[in-house]
Order: sequence, then C-alpha cells, then structure tokens
Amino acid sequence: MAYNFKEMMNKPERFTPGHRMCAGCGAPIAVRNVLRALKEEDKAVITCATSCLEVSTFMYPYTSWEDSFIHNAFENAAATCSGVESAYRALKKKGKIDDTYKFIAFGGDGGTYDIGFQSLSGAMERGHDMVYVCYDNGAYMNTGIQRSSATPQFADTTTTPSGTQSPGKPQYRKDLAAIIAEHHVAYVGQTTFVQNMKDLHLKAEKAIYTEGPAFLNVMAPCPRGWRYDSPEILNICKLAVETCYWPLFEVIDGKWVLNYKPKNKLPIEDFLKTQGRFSHLFKPENEKYIAIMQEEVDKRWEELLKKCEE
Amino acid sequence: MSIRERLSGNEAIATAMRQVCADVMPAYPITPSTELPQYFSSFVANGETDTIFVPVESEHSAMSACIGSEAAGARTMSATSSCGLAFMWEMLYVAASNRLPIALAVVNRALSGPININCDHSDAMGARDAGWIQIFAETNQEAYDNFVQAYRIAEHPDVKLPIMICQDGFITSHGVQNIELLEDDVVKNFVGEYYPESWLLNPEHPEAVGPYTNPPYYMEAKYGQLQGLINAKKVALEVAKEFKEISGREYGLFEEYRMEDADYVMVMMGSAAGTCKDTVDMLREEGIKAGLLKIRMFRPFPGEEIAEALKGAKVIACMDRTESYNSQDGPIGADVKAALFNAGMAPKVLNYVYGLAGRDVTVESLASVFEDMKTVDETGEIGDTYRYLDLRG
Amino acid sequence: MKTDIKTQHEGVKWQDLSPGCVINGGGTAKEFNTGEWRVDTPVFIEDKCKQCLLCVPVCPDSSIPVVDGKRLDFDYDHCKGCGICVAACPFDAIEMRKGE
Repeated sequence: MAYNFKEMMNKPERFTPGHRMCAGCGAPIAVRNVLRALKEEDKAVITCATSCLEVSTFMYPYTSWEDSFIHNAFENAAATCSGVESAYRALKKKGKIDDTYKFIAFGGDGGTYDIGFQSLSGAMERGHDMVYVCYDNGAYMNTGIQRSSATPQFADTTTTPSGTQSPGKPQYRKDLAAIIAEHHVAYVGQTTFVQNMKDLHLKAEKAIYTEGPAFLNVMAPCPRGWRYDSPEILNICKLAVETCYWPLFEVIDGKWVLNYKPKNKLPIEDFLKTQGRFSHLFKPENEKYIAIMQEEVDKRWEELLKKCEE
Repeated sequence: MSIRERLSGNEAIATAMRQVCADVMPAYPITPSTELPQYFSSFVANGETDTIFVPVESEHSAMSACIGSEAAGARTMSATSSCGLAFMWEMLYVAASNRLPIALAVVNRALSGPININCDHSDAMGARDAGWIQIFAETNQEAYDNFVQAYRIAEHPDVKLPIMICQDGFITSHGVQNIELLEDDVVKNFVGEYYPESWLLNPEHPEAVGPYTNPPYYMEAKYGQLQGLINAKKVALEVAKEFKEISGREYGLFEEYRMEDADYVMVMMGSAAGTCKDTVDMLREEGIKAGLLKIRMFRPFPGEEIAEALKGAKVIACMDRTESYNSQDGPIGADVKAALFNAGMAPKVLNYVYGLAGRDVTVESLASVFEDMKTVDETGEIGDTYRYLDLRG
Repeated sequence: MKTDIKTQHEGVKWQDLSPGCVINGGGTAKEFNTGEWRVDTPVFIEDKCKQCLLCVPVCPDSSIPVVDGKRLDFDYDHCKGCGICVAACPFDAIEMRKGE
C-alpha cells in the first residue's frame, strides 16, 4: 500500500468541523486520519461509544459525520457495530443492498480498555468484518480525568491524585493491543501522530481493508487531562515513541512487526516532563518513581523486541 | 390450512421466529429461554432460515447488537429471561427511545436473589417503564400467535417501538400443549417485508442515530415516544382483527372471562389465568358470580378500557406475580387502581402477590381469593389490601 | 428524505421533532460555528507557504481546506485557534496572533 501524502490530503473530508471537542484535542485528529484511509467510493457506518467524541460530534441536530453514525452507550460500541455489520450481511444476502460498506467503531480508553472490554472481546472473537479504533488518551476525560486501566503509571488523575502518601496511579497501563492480538484477529496496530501521519494512515488502511476483525490503538493526547499547551501535541507524540513508552507495532495474522526502532532510545523523563500530570515526579522525593517507570518501560520494550524478533 | 401440532411454548415461539423472516437474531442463552437460540441456530445450521444468528457473549451485547442491527435497517429479534433481561436494562431504554421495532421473546422467570430459575413476572415487570410494548400469553397458542403479530404492531409507522412477547417460564415454555400453527407463507404474507423509514445502510444518504440531546429536546422526544406507545393499543386491535382472518382466533387488549354479571373479578396475566378460568367455572356452579379479566397488553396499559370492563364488579382482586417493593401494591394493582381512580370509580380492590419463583397456583388457592372478595363484600371490611397468597407463617 | 435541521431548532414542537431524534443526512455540524471559541488566531502567510500540507492532517477541526492539492486560508467559522498547525509548519508560514 503506497502512501501519497499530497493525494491523501486532497481527499474529501468525512469528518466535518463544527464539533464541540476542546481546542487542540487529539481525538478528532485520530478520527480524521483513520477515516481518510477509506476509499472514496466506499460507504461506512461509524459506531461511537459514549465519550467526549460522541457527545461533541453528534449533539442534536448537529452531526460531524458525513457517513452513517450510531451511538448506543458507553460500554457496547463493539457489540453495536457487530449488530450493524450483521445487518449488512443479512441485507446483502437478501439483495437489499448493493453498495460496499465498511464498519468502524470508535471508543476512548475508558469505553475500550475498561467498561467496553467484554463487548470488544466478544465482537473480535466472533470475527465480524469491522475495525475497532481506541483513541487512547489515558483516562476518563469525559467525566473529568479519572484513571482508567490505560492511564500511565504515576499519572496524577482525579481518582489517583498525587499526594503526600501517593505518587499518582500505582499500576502500569494495561497492554490492550497485545490482549486483542491474543484473540488472533486479522489485524492489530498501535500508532500515534508521528511521521506526518504515515504510520497511522497505513495502519488504518490495513485495518479497514483486511477482512475480519481489526483493532487500532491510537494514542491521542488530551491537552486538558495531560496538562500541556495544545501546540505541544506533536512533540509529545514523538517523545512517546522515541522513549519507547508508546511503540509503533502491528500484528498481522499473528506475526508481530515492529514499525519503528529509535536510534537513540530517550529516557522516559523526556516524555514525562512535557506534561503537568507527571510534574509531581520531578520533586526530589519522588525521583525514585521515574526510575521505577523507566524499568517497566525497558522491560516491556525488550518483550516487544522479542515478539517482533528484532 | 392450519397445522395441528403438540409443541412446548419455546418450540412454538421458535417456529414463529422462523416464520416471521427476521434478518438478524443476536442472542445469549439463559434458562428458561435457552431453547430459543438453540432451536433457532439449528434452523440456521439446516438452511431452514436466512436469518443471521449472532451468538453474542452476553445479554447486554445481545440487546446492543439488536439496536445496531435494527437501526441499520434489518428486522431483528432476540430472546431472554430473568437476569438476562435485567442485564439488558440500560439498552432497553435506548432501543425504545431510538424508536427501533425489535421483537424480544421473554420467557418470564424470577429475578435473583435468591437465585431461582422458575416462573414469575419480576423480570418483565422490572422493564415495564422502559418504553417497550409488553404482551403476555396464557398458553403456548397465545405465545405463538402474539409473536406472529409482534412486528405488525411494533413496525407500524404510528408506533415504531420495540415489543416484548412474554410467556411463563417452564409452565408454558417447557409444557407441551396442543397448538395450531399457521403455514409459513401465510405468516410471511401477514407479517410482510420490512421497509424502515430511515436506516443506517440507506444508500441514498447517511443517517445519524443516538445523539446527545440538550434539555430543549429531551421532553419533546419522550412525549413523542409516549404517543407511539399509546398508538400501539389501536394498532394491536387492528392487527388482531386481521390475524383473526388468517387464524380464526380472536385477541383484544385483554380477555374477559364470564365477566357479564360478575361481582368478584380477578385481574391477572400469564399462565395462571388458565387455573383461574377453572376456578371461576367451579365457583359459578356454586352460584358465586366470579369472573376473570386477563390482561394481554400490559404496556401500554389499557387503563380506560379495563376500568370500563370492571364497572359492574363489587370487589376486585389484582394478582401480581412479582414483588415491586413499593410496600402498598404490585404493578397490576397499582395500574388498575390508578385506572379506576381516573375513571371516578372506587370499588374495593385487594392486591395479591402469588406464584413467585414457580410456586404452584392451584384452583384451591385462587378460590380462597374469591372467598376473600366475598367476605370483603359481605362485611364491608377490606382489611389488609396488600397480601401474599399461600405464604407460610 | 434528508432532515432539514433548520426545522429541528430548540423551539421545535414534539410533533415536528424527528422521531427517535434521528438525523437523515450527514455533516450537519458544519452549520455550527465554533470559530467563536477562538482566543488566539492562526494567520496564514501565503508567501512563505510551500504547500507541503503538513498542517492539514493535524488540525482537530478540519479547518484547513484543501482544493486541487493546495491549502487555502483558514476556515475561521470553525477554527478554535489551538495552534497545532503552527507547530506542524516547517516554513513559518503560520503565525499565531493574539485575540480573535
């Protein structure tokens, strides 16, 4: 699959302005760049879990989606999408539909890693021809920055506040992409906003056009929850990848592929210092936690290299 | 030509499910409705239906997938019981507010806890405010007939709401009875093809479903939904009239049994109505003017019509197969009393909780309720208005 | 039939509200002006622009229109002024100006 950047940027937008996401939000960037991978002639039905994205992009009567769209609830985007896809197969079999439709579900990390996990696992296991995209901003942003199982270790959230007796969230984040890969689905990809969106675009294209269930995990920073100035987003994404906190990889038919290996792996503090949610770690008494996090990042990176036979 | 058979209620509903030509059936097994996905998946396996069966991982996902499928433009159905219906609870409201005419076969069973697998109505009663049409059956025949009529009511443009077709767990679902089935093509023609007014897979233009609505819209949306539900009464009667033409069997919003001159009337729904009919017959022979009003349509509640039918009754006993913990009455008791009050009527009304978790309902125990009504009438003393039938202690 | 969202205003009567709050049609949010949210404003300096289009995919508000392979001036009806495009531009062809 070739990637002609200029040609891609010339494609008509399938996600319109006029939505109510915060200025600088990462979620709509993820959405736009996933939808751009759809062939112009193909139709799509988008499912969205209750989230910032949902309440901001379909506030009656304003929809930001040029494609058909359904929101059902917080915890069931995958099951809902599987119902839409089943209806498509049924109506196609009966000759009631000619067009080609693609099925894409979006959920935040709360709706995907946590409350929607069973629904996601079920839909992936059943083998529906759909893509589930998690826009992972590492906390329940819609309800006001509560921790999720995607929240990085030691992040300060409103339910894991740092304090005299706490360095923030005690646990490291759940590795959801690996868990979905263990479902032996057709395609899994993890990406974020780097390389002028080439990595994201190619993964979205593969996810959409590989038959069967696919999962994309897109790190999509939240300026409010992570506490940074909105223009910093691209730098933060780059540092997430260069520190190996957020590696770029894909799993194609069970084969793990590393898409990018930094020449000089940067220390995790380069990523942490860009965001207010980690500022407490830079107090002298908390430095040990940075070392703990570094150890975990290194361990997981080594595991990934092994899986990818690097 | 109708087909004479001997079928369990689940076999009868499964037959109807095959005959209505739905497009998609997402379902999850739970006693006593488990046989429905079982029977249905064997129809699929043997090429006896075009319907796509989706074996989801929970009832919550079953109803979620139903919502996706129905919104996409496919006629969609499912089946469940008890905790399964409770697990769908959040999604039931969404299905109704999105105006999606999904048909759900509910095989009524007690809700936990303590856990129990036998019949009562606590599952469906817990869902009574969800905005669904709810229809109850006394017999396997009624369960079958109700399911055949379900989509005609639910999909009607004046209604556009989901529908629950309820039957009593084990008592009818597993009890084999004589039944008359309609031929496949008769049902197919009766139900007709489904052409929704708007659907996600409409190739003409996209559609957006399930918005966040700000306060200026929410109340108007709810009121519109209510009007659809109210319209279901009129539509159900029209559909019943047409159904009589193909089946010879007659249905209303409720059935009146020996009500013409009845002094003492029992109001109930479900399989126990059969036992009540025997009880009424027995008491009539003894010269007691007993009668039965068997509710078929519980949502929308045909309050005005029921009040009118109860005009001649001296004492009424409302029979609830559930405990609703409002501490003064059960759902049927509350709704019947509200209907009577709205009609300016104030007869004496007793309310009984009976038959929870499959507790046997006998002619003797129902006769004791008529005896209680007679006592209230003769003494003028109503006593405790909210009672448990056949409770020890 | 597509929904005319002008009929679905906040004073709509229940009889005229789309049943199930369904909207037939897509992209109606374009009618909603989020440009009013802007505190600071990006300014497009066309002379410096090499039309590399790197600013286009990073905009959360699809507010950098591309026509025939070239970016046009900002869609100020919708741009919220987040400034990501400024950081994405390698040629200093976008500057943030204080205020609207």
